[in-house]
Amino acid sequence: MSLALQTFSTVKDASAALQAAGARYLGGGTLVVRAANEGDVSLSSLVRVTDPSLSRIAVSGGKARLGASVTMAAVARHPELNALSPAARAVGGPAIRNMATVGGNLFAPAPYGDFTVALLALDAIVVTEDGEMPIETFLTGRNASRAVVTAVAFPLPAAESFRFRKVSRVKPKGVSVLSIAALLQRTSDGVVTSARIAFGCMADRPMRAKAAEKALLGCKLTSKEIAPALAAAGAGTSPITDPIASAWYRAEVLPVHLGRLLVG
Amino acid sequence: MAKVPVQFTLNGSEKAEFVESGTTLLNALRDKIGDTSPKGGCHQGTCGACSVIIDGELRLSCLTLAETCGGANIKTTAGLAEGGVLHPLQRAFLDGFATQCGFCTPGMIMAAKVLLDRTPNPSREDVVEALSGNVCRCTGYEPIIQAVLSAARANSQNVA
Repeated sequence: MSLALQTFSTVKDASAALQAAGARYLGGGTLVVRAANEGDVSLSSLVRVTDPSLSRIAVSGGKARLGASVTMAAVARHPELNALSPAARAVGGPAIRNMATVGGNLFAPAPYGDFTVALLALDAIVVTEDGEMPIETFLTGRNASRAVVTAVAFPLPAAESFRFRKVSRVKPKGVSVLSIAALLQRTSDGVVTSARIAFGCMADRPMRAKAAEKALLGCKLTSKEIAPALAAAGAGTSPITDPIASAWYRAEVLPVHLGRLLVG
Repeated sequence: MAKVPVQFTLNGSEKAEFVESGTTLLNALRDKIGDTSPKGGCHQGTCGACSVIIDGELRLSCLTLAETCGGANIKTTAGLAEGGVLHPLQRAFLDGFATQCGFCTPGMIMAAKVLLDRTPNPSREDVVEALSGNVCRCTGYEPIIQAVLSAARANSQNVA
Protein backbone atom coordinates (compact mmCIF):
# COMPACT_ATOMS: atom_id res chain seq x y z
CA MET A 1 0.00 0.00 0.00
CA SER A 2 1.32 3.41 -0.82
CA LEU A 3 -0.79 6.20 0.52
CA ALA A 4 0.64 9.63 1.12
CA LEU A 5 -0.74 11.27 4.23
CA GLN A 6 -0.69 15.07 4.24
CA THR A 7 -1.32 16.89 7.51
CA PHE A 8 -2.49 20.51 7.62
CA SER A 9 -3.22 22.85 10.47
CA THR A 10 -6.04 24.66 8.66
CA VAL A 11 -9.05 23.54 6.65
CA LYS A 12 -8.21 26.07 3.96
CA ASP A 13 -4.85 24.50 3.18
CA ALA A 14 -6.35 21.02 3.31
CA SER A 15 -9.05 22.04 0.81
CA ALA A 16 -6.44 22.96 -1.75
CA ALA A 17 -4.74 19.59 -1.33
CA LEU A 18 -8.08 17.79 -1.64
CA GLN A 19 -8.56 19.06 -5.17
CA ALA A 20 -5.91 16.61 -6.40
CA ALA A 21 -7.19 13.42 -8.03
CA GLY A 22 -7.24 10.46 -5.64
CA ALA A 23 -7.14 12.64 -2.54
CA ARG A 24 -9.59 11.87 0.29
CA TYR A 25 -10.18 13.52 3.64
CA LEU A 26 -9.13 11.45 6.66
CA GLY A 27 -11.34 11.83 9.72
CA GLY A 28 -11.34 8.96 12.20
CA GLY A 29 -10.24 6.48 9.55
CA THR A 30 -13.10 4.05 10.02
CA LEU A 31 -14.33 4.57 6.46
CA VAL A 32 -11.30 5.79 4.53
CA VAL A 33 -8.55 3.58 5.99
CA ARG A 34 -10.99 0.71 5.77
CA ALA A 35 -11.40 1.46 2.05
CA ALA A 36 -7.63 1.57 1.64
CA ASN A 37 -7.24 -1.75 3.47
CA GLU A 38 -9.87 -3.22 1.20
CA GLY A 39 -7.79 -2.27 -1.83
CA ASP A 40 -9.61 0.82 -3.08
CA VAL A 41 -7.19 1.90 -5.79
CA SER A 42 -8.97 5.21 -6.38
CA LEU A 43 -7.26 6.42 -3.19
CA SER A 44 -3.75 7.77 -3.55
CA SER A 45 -3.46 10.38 -0.84
CA LEU A 46 -5.12 11.24 2.44
CA VAL A 47 -5.52 14.72 3.83
CA ARG A 48 -6.13 15.52 7.47
CA VAL A 49 -6.51 18.67 9.54
CA THR A 50 -5.28 19.06 13.12
CA ASP A 51 -7.15 22.33 13.91
CA PRO A 52 -8.48 21.72 17.46
CA SER A 53 -11.63 23.76 16.78
CA LEU A 54 -12.84 20.83 14.63
CA SER A 55 -13.08 18.73 17.81
CA ARG A 56 -15.10 21.28 19.76
CA ILE A 57 -18.61 20.75 21.11
CA ALA A 58 -20.51 23.96 21.86
CA VAL A 59 -23.92 23.91 23.54
CA SER A 60 -25.67 27.17 24.36
CA GLY A 61 -29.10 28.74 24.12
CA GLY A 62 -30.76 25.45 23.25
CA LYS A 63 -28.48 24.92 20.28
CA ALA A 64 -25.62 22.52 19.73
CA ARG A 65 -22.70 22.79 17.35
CA LEU A 66 -20.49 19.76 16.86
CA GLY A 67 -17.14 20.10 15.12
CA ALA A 68 -16.62 17.64 12.28
CA SER A 69 -13.85 15.80 14.18
CA VAL A 70 -15.96 15.26 17.30
CA THR A 71 -16.12 11.52 17.93
CA MET A 72 -19.17 9.41 18.65
CA ALA A 73 -17.69 8.67 22.10
CA ALA A 74 -17.43 12.41 22.84
CA VAL A 75 -21.10 12.93 21.87
CA ALA A 76 -22.21 9.88 23.89
CA ARG A 77 -20.57 11.07 27.10
CA HIS A 78 -21.42 14.78 26.83
CA PRO A 79 -23.90 15.64 29.61
CA GLU A 80 -25.81 18.20 27.53
CA LEU A 81 -26.20 15.91 24.52
CA ASN A 82 -28.26 13.21 26.21
CA ALA A 83 -30.85 13.34 23.44
CA LEU A 84 -28.19 12.36 20.89
CA SER A 85 -26.50 9.76 23.07
CA PRO A 86 -28.55 6.76 21.84
CA ALA A 87 -27.70 7.63 18.24
CA ALA A 88 -23.98 8.07 19.03
CA ARG A 89 -23.92 4.81 20.99
CA ALA A 90 -25.58 3.06 18.05
CA VAL A 91 -22.36 3.46 16.04
CA GLY A 92 -19.90 0.55 16.22
CA GLY A 93 -18.29 -0.79 19.37
CA PRO A 94 -16.24 1.20 21.90
CA ALA A 95 -13.09 1.39 19.75
CA ILE A 96 -15.00 2.56 16.67
CA ARG A 97 -16.81 5.20 18.75
CA ASN A 98 -13.44 6.54 19.91
CA MET A 99 -12.45 7.04 16.28
CA ALA A 100 -15.57 7.61 14.14
CA THR A 101 -16.41 11.29 13.69
CA VAL A 102 -19.55 13.35 13.19
CA GLY A 103 -18.19 14.61 9.86
CA GLY A 104 -17.35 11.12 8.62
CA ASN A 105 -20.77 9.79 9.54
CA LEU A 106 -22.32 12.33 7.13
CA PHE A 107 -20.58 10.49 4.29
CA ALA A 108 -21.14 6.91 5.50
CA PRO A 109 -22.99 4.79 2.96
CA ALA A 110 -25.85 2.52 4.13
CA PRO A 111 -25.89 0.36 6.24
CA TYR A 112 -23.71 2.85 8.15
CA GLY A 113 -24.54 6.44 9.05
CA ASP A 114 -26.97 5.90 11.94
CA PHE A 115 -25.92 9.15 13.60
CA THR A 116 -26.71 11.08 10.42
CA VAL A 117 -30.24 9.65 10.53
CA ALA A 118 -30.65 11.43 13.87
CA LEU A 119 -29.15 14.65 12.45
CA LEU A 120 -31.54 14.49 9.49
CA ALA A 121 -34.57 14.22 11.78
CA LEU A 122 -33.23 17.21 13.74
CA ASP A 123 -32.92 19.26 10.52
CA ALA A 124 -29.26 19.97 11.22
CA ILE A 125 -27.27 22.55 9.32
CA VAL A 126 -24.07 21.26 7.74
CA VAL A 127 -21.25 23.80 7.83
CA THR A 128 -18.51 23.56 5.21
CA GLU A 129 -15.73 25.97 4.53
CA ASP A 130 -17.80 27.26 1.60
CA GLY A 131 -20.91 28.01 3.65
CA GLU A 132 -23.88 26.38 5.32
CA MET A 133 -26.72 24.24 4.00
CA PRO A 134 -29.58 22.11 5.33
CA ILE A 135 -28.54 18.50 5.88
CA GLU A 136 -31.05 17.29 3.30
CA THR A 137 -29.40 19.40 0.60
CA PHE A 138 -25.99 18.26 1.77
CA LEU A 139 -26.91 14.56 1.63
CA THR A 140 -28.30 14.88 -1.90
CA GLY A 141 -25.06 16.34 -3.19
CA ARG A 142 -22.52 14.68 -0.94
CA ASN A 143 -20.94 12.45 -3.59
CA ALA A 144 -19.95 15.42 -5.71
CA SER A 145 -18.98 17.68 -2.82
CA ARG A 146 -15.31 18.52 -2.45
CA ALA A 147 -15.79 21.05 0.35
CA VAL A 148 -14.50 20.10 3.81
CA VAL A 149 -17.28 19.78 6.39
CA THR A 150 -16.27 21.69 9.50
CA ALA A 151 -19.32 21.32 11.78
CA VAL A 152 -22.98 20.46 12.17
CA ALA A 153 -25.42 22.64 14.10
CA PHE A 154 -28.93 21.90 15.29
CA PRO A 155 -31.47 22.98 17.91
CA LEU A 156 -31.36 20.61 20.89
CA PRO A 157 -34.63 18.68 21.05
CA ALA A 158 -36.66 18.38 24.23
CA ALA A 159 -36.10 14.86 25.54
CA GLU A 160 -39.70 13.73 25.04
CA SER A 161 -39.92 15.04 21.48
CA PHE A 162 -36.98 13.10 20.01
CA ARG A 163 -36.87 9.36 19.50
CA PHE A 164 -34.24 7.11 17.94
CA ARG A 165 -34.17 3.41 17.26
CA LYS A 166 -31.57 1.23 15.60
CA VAL A 167 -32.56 -2.30 14.68
CA SER A 168 -29.75 -4.85 14.49
CA ARG A 169 -29.57 -8.62 14.74
CA VAL A 170 -26.59 -8.76 17.08
CA LYS A 171 -26.86 -7.19 20.52
CA PRO A 172 -25.52 -4.90 21.84
CA LYS A 173 -23.54 -4.09 18.72
CA GLY A 174 -24.53 -4.94 15.20
CA VAL A 175 -24.82 -3.42 11.76
CA SER A 176 -28.18 -1.78 11.07
CA VAL A 177 -31.10 -3.59 9.59
CA LEU A 178 -32.51 -0.09 9.70
CA SER A 179 -32.57 2.95 11.93
CA ILE A 180 -35.30 5.52 12.55
CA ALA A 181 -35.22 8.94 14.17
CA ALA A 182 -38.30 11.07 14.81
CA LEU A 183 -38.78 14.62 16.04
CA LEU A 184 -42.40 15.04 17.09
CA GLN A 185 -44.12 18.12 18.50
CA ARG A 186 -47.38 17.40 20.26
CA THR A 187 -50.08 19.40 21.98
CA SER A 188 -50.66 18.90 25.71
CA ASP A 189 -53.32 16.30 24.93
CA GLY A 190 -50.93 14.38 22.66
CA VAL A 191 -51.95 15.42 19.14
CA VAL A 192 -49.02 15.56 16.72
CA THR A 193 -48.60 19.09 15.37
CA SER A 194 -45.33 18.55 13.52
CA ALA A 195 -43.34 15.48 12.60
CA ARG A 196 -39.95 15.02 11.04
CA ILE A 197 -38.89 11.40 10.53
CA ALA A 198 -35.70 9.99 9.02
CA PHE A 199 -34.81 6.45 7.99
CA GLY A 200 -31.44 4.74 7.64
CA CYS A 201 -30.84 1.77 5.27
CA MET A 202 -34.06 2.52 3.38
CA ALA A 203 -32.01 4.09 0.56
CA ASP A 204 -28.29 4.42 -0.17
CA ARG A 205 -28.15 7.22 2.40
CA PRO A 206 -30.40 8.57 5.19
CA MET A 207 -33.76 9.81 3.85
CA ARG A 208 -36.84 11.68 5.08
CA ALA A 209 -40.13 9.78 5.48
CA LYS A 210 -42.29 12.56 4.16
CA ALA A 211 -45.44 10.53 3.52
CA ALA A 212 -45.40 9.11 7.05
CA GLU A 213 -44.71 12.57 8.49
CA LYS A 214 -47.76 13.99 6.71
CA ALA A 215 -49.99 11.09 7.76
CA LEU A 216 -49.05 11.62 11.42
CA LEU A 217 -50.27 15.21 11.60
CA GLY A 218 -53.35 15.55 13.77
CA CYS A 219 -52.94 12.00 15.16
CA LYS A 220 -52.43 10.84 18.69
CA LEU A 221 -49.72 8.22 19.10
CA THR A 222 -52.01 5.21 19.43
CA SER A 223 -51.83 2.04 17.34
CA LYS A 224 -55.11 2.91 15.67
CA GLU A 225 -54.34 6.51 14.79
CA ILE A 226 -50.82 5.88 13.49
CA ALA A 227 -51.95 3.08 11.15
CA PRO A 228 -52.11 5.36 8.06
CA ALA A 229 -48.59 6.64 8.80
CA LEU A 230 -47.28 3.08 9.04
CA ALA A 231 -49.01 2.19 5.78
CA ALA A 232 -47.30 5.17 4.15
CA ALA A 233 -43.86 4.47 5.67
CA GLY A 234 -42.48 2.66 2.64
CA ALA A 235 -43.34 5.43 0.16
CA GLY A 236 -40.29 6.52 -1.79
CA THR A 237 -37.95 4.04 -0.10
CA SER A 238 -35.55 1.77 -1.96
CA PRO A 239 -33.91 -0.26 0.79
CA ILE A 240 -30.44 -1.70 0.38
CA THR A 241 -29.71 -5.41 0.17
CA ASP A 242 -26.62 -6.57 2.03
CA PRO A 243 -25.52 -9.56 4.14
CA ILE A 244 -27.55 -8.21 7.08
CA ALA A 245 -30.93 -8.11 5.33
CA SER A 246 -32.56 -8.05 1.91
CA ALA A 247 -34.43 -5.04 0.58
CA TRP A 248 -37.64 -7.11 0.88
CA TYR A 249 -37.01 -7.82 4.56
CA ARG A 250 -36.19 -4.22 5.37
CA ALA A 251 -39.38 -3.05 3.65
CA GLU A 252 -41.45 -5.65 5.53
CA VAL A 253 -40.17 -4.76 9.00
CA LEU A 254 -40.02 -0.98 8.57
CA PRO A 255 -43.67 -0.32 9.58
CA VAL A 256 -43.31 -2.68 12.55
CA HIS A 257 -40.32 -0.78 13.95
CA LEU A 258 -41.78 2.63 13.13
CA GLY A 259 -44.88 1.59 15.06
CA ARG A 260 -42.78 0.54 18.05
CA LEU A 261 -40.89 3.81 17.95
CA LEU A 262 -44.09 5.86 17.86
CA VAL A 263 -46.23 3.92 20.31
CA GLY A 264 -43.67 2.04 22.43
CA MET B 1 7.24 6.35 -1.73
CA ALA B 2 9.00 8.50 0.79
CA LYS B 3 9.43 7.11 4.27
CA VAL B 4 8.27 9.12 7.23
CA PRO B 5 9.48 9.05 10.82
CA VAL B 6 7.16 7.96 13.58
CA GLN B 7 7.93 8.23 17.24
CA PHE B 8 5.81 7.10 20.18
CA THR B 9 5.90 5.39 23.53
CA LEU B 10 5.05 1.70 23.37
CA ASN B 11 4.42 -0.03 26.68
CA GLY B 12 6.62 2.50 28.46
CA SER B 13 9.58 2.52 26.10
CA GLU B 14 10.39 5.05 23.39
CA LYS B 15 10.15 3.79 19.81
CA ALA B 16 11.25 5.52 16.63
CA GLU B 17 10.94 4.06 13.16
CA PHE B 18 10.76 5.04 9.53
CA VAL B 19 7.63 3.74 7.82
CA GLU B 20 6.08 4.22 4.41
CA SER B 21 3.51 6.98 4.42
CA GLY B 22 0.06 5.49 4.93
CA THR B 23 1.27 2.51 6.97
CA THR B 24 -1.25 1.44 9.59
CA LEU B 25 -0.24 1.35 13.23
CA LEU B 26 -0.97 -2.38 13.18
CA ASN B 27 1.57 -3.00 10.43
CA ALA B 28 4.12 -0.67 12.02
CA LEU B 29 3.82 -2.48 15.35
CA ARG B 30 3.97 -5.97 13.90
CA ASP B 31 6.38 -5.62 10.98
CA LYS B 32 8.66 -2.80 12.06
CA ILE B 33 8.72 -2.82 15.84
CA GLY B 34 8.13 -6.52 16.37
CA ASP B 35 5.18 -6.36 18.74
CA THR B 36 2.95 -9.05 17.27
CA SER B 37 0.41 -9.01 20.10
CA PRO B 38 -2.16 -6.94 18.12
CA LYS B 39 -3.61 -9.26 15.47
CA GLY B 40 -4.73 -8.43 11.96
CA GLY B 41 -8.13 -10.06 11.57
CA CYS B 42 -10.49 -8.25 9.23
CA HIS B 43 -8.62 -4.96 8.60
CA GLN B 44 -12.12 -3.48 8.34
CA GLY B 45 -12.90 -2.38 11.89
CA THR B 46 -15.23 -5.30 12.47
CA CYS B 47 -13.36 -7.87 14.56
CA GLY B 48 -11.43 -5.90 17.19
CA ALA B 49 -8.42 -8.26 17.16
CA CYS B 50 -6.07 -5.32 16.50
CA SER B 51 -7.35 -3.25 19.47
CA VAL B 52 -4.70 -1.23 21.31
CA ILE B 53 -4.89 1.54 23.88
CA ILE B 54 -3.77 4.95 22.58
CA ASP B 55 -3.56 7.73 25.18
CA GLY B 56 -5.95 5.82 27.41
CA GLU B 57 -8.57 5.14 24.72
CA LEU B 58 -9.34 1.88 22.97
CA ARG B 59 -8.63 2.11 19.25
CA LEU B 60 -8.31 -0.14 16.25
CA SER B 61 -4.70 -0.19 15.09
CA CYS B 62 -5.70 -1.50 11.64
CA LEU B 63 -7.63 1.72 10.92
CA THR B 64 -5.13 4.08 12.56
CA LEU B 65 -2.25 5.42 10.51
CA ALA B 66 1.10 5.19 12.30
CA GLU B 67 1.94 8.77 11.31
CA THR B 68 -1.01 10.09 13.30
CA CYS B 69 0.41 8.56 16.51
CA GLY B 70 3.40 10.89 16.90
CA GLY B 71 4.08 11.41 20.61
CA ALA B 72 1.28 9.04 21.62
CA ASN B 73 1.34 6.66 24.55
CA ILE B 74 0.46 3.24 23.15
CA LYS B 75 -0.24 0.11 25.16
CA THR B 76 -0.58 -3.42 23.84
CA THR B 77 -1.17 -6.77 25.49
CA ALA B 78 2.55 -7.56 25.12
CA GLY B 79 3.30 -4.89 27.73
CA LEU B 80 0.92 -6.10 30.43
CA ALA B 81 3.01 -8.70 32.24
CA GLU B 82 5.47 -7.28 34.75
CA GLY B 83 8.64 -9.13 35.73
CA GLY B 84 7.33 -12.36 34.28
CA VAL B 85 4.10 -12.14 36.29
CA LEU B 86 0.94 -12.10 34.20
CA HIS B 87 -1.51 -9.21 34.49
CA PRO B 88 -4.67 -10.19 36.43
CA LEU B 89 -6.65 -10.12 33.18
CA GLN B 90 -4.20 -12.47 31.48
CA ARG B 91 -4.24 -14.77 34.52
CA ALA B 92 -8.07 -14.75 34.59
CA PHE B 93 -8.28 -15.55 30.86
CA LEU B 94 -5.92 -18.51 31.34
CA ASP B 95 -7.57 -19.81 34.49
CA GLY B 96 -11.08 -19.41 33.08
CA PHE B 97 -10.37 -21.10 29.70
CA ALA B 98 -11.30 -17.83 28.04
CA THR B 99 -8.84 -18.41 25.22
CA GLN B 100 -9.16 -21.13 22.68
CA CYS B 101 -7.35 -20.37 19.44
CA GLY B 102 -6.16 -17.16 21.11
CA PHE B 103 -6.44 -14.91 18.08
CA CYS B 104 -9.01 -12.55 19.57
CA THR B 105 -7.47 -12.63 23.05
CA PRO B 106 -5.11 -9.61 22.89
CA GLY B 107 -7.93 -7.41 21.56
CA MET B 108 -10.35 -8.72 24.17
CA ILE B 109 -7.81 -8.05 26.91
CA MET B 110 -7.17 -4.49 25.72
CA ALA B 111 -10.92 -3.78 25.62
CA ALA B 112 -11.32 -5.29 29.09
CA LYS B 113 -8.35 -3.32 30.45
CA VAL B 114 -9.86 0.02 29.38
CA LEU B 115 -13.09 -1.01 31.08
CA LEU B 116 -11.45 -2.05 34.36
CA ASP B 117 -9.22 1.04 34.41
CA ARG B 118 -12.36 3.20 34.45
CA THR B 119 -14.88 0.87 36.09
CA PRO B 120 -13.09 -1.37 38.61
CA ASN B 121 -16.29 -3.20 39.58
CA PRO B 122 -18.23 -3.58 36.33
CA SER B 123 -21.61 -5.25 35.95
CA ARG B 124 -22.03 -8.07 33.48
CA GLU B 125 -23.77 -5.59 31.13
CA ASP B 126 -20.77 -3.26 31.37
CA VAL B 127 -18.49 -6.13 30.33
CA VAL B 128 -20.71 -7.18 27.43
CA GLU B 129 -20.85 -3.57 26.21
CA ALA B 130 -17.08 -3.12 26.56
CA LEU B 131 -16.38 -6.27 24.54
CA SER B 132 -19.08 -5.57 21.95
CA GLY B 133 -16.57 -4.55 19.28
CA ASN B 134 -14.52 -7.73 19.66
CA VAL B 135 -15.40 -10.91 17.83
CA CYS B 136 -14.53 -14.41 19.12
CA ARG B 137 -15.36 -17.41 16.95
CA CYS B 138 -14.33 -20.13 19.44
CA THR B 139 -15.56 -19.62 22.96
CA GLY B 140 -19.11 -18.38 22.68
CA TYR B 141 -18.05 -15.35 24.80
CA GLU B 142 -19.30 -16.63 28.16
CA PRO B 143 -15.85 -17.69 29.49
CA ILE B 144 -14.44 -14.33 28.34
CA ILE B 145 -17.15 -12.35 30.15
CA GLN B 146 -16.60 -14.46 33.28
CA ALA B 147 -12.82 -13.98 33.07
CA VAL B 148 -13.18 -10.20 32.99
CA LEU B 149 -15.56 -10.26 35.95
CA SER B 150 -13.18 -12.57 37.80
CA ALA B 151 -10.19 -10.28 37.11
CA ALA B 152 -12.23 -7.36 38.48
CA ARG B 153 -12.95 -9.34 41.66
CA ALA B 154 -9.27 -10.31 42.00
CA ASN B 155 -8.28 -6.64 41.63
CA SER B 156 -10.71 -5.45 44.27
CA GLN B 157 -9.50 -8.14 46.69
CA ASN B 158 -5.92 -7.02 46.17
CA VAL B 159 -6.89 -3.44 46.90
CA ALA B 160 -8.91 -4.38 50.01
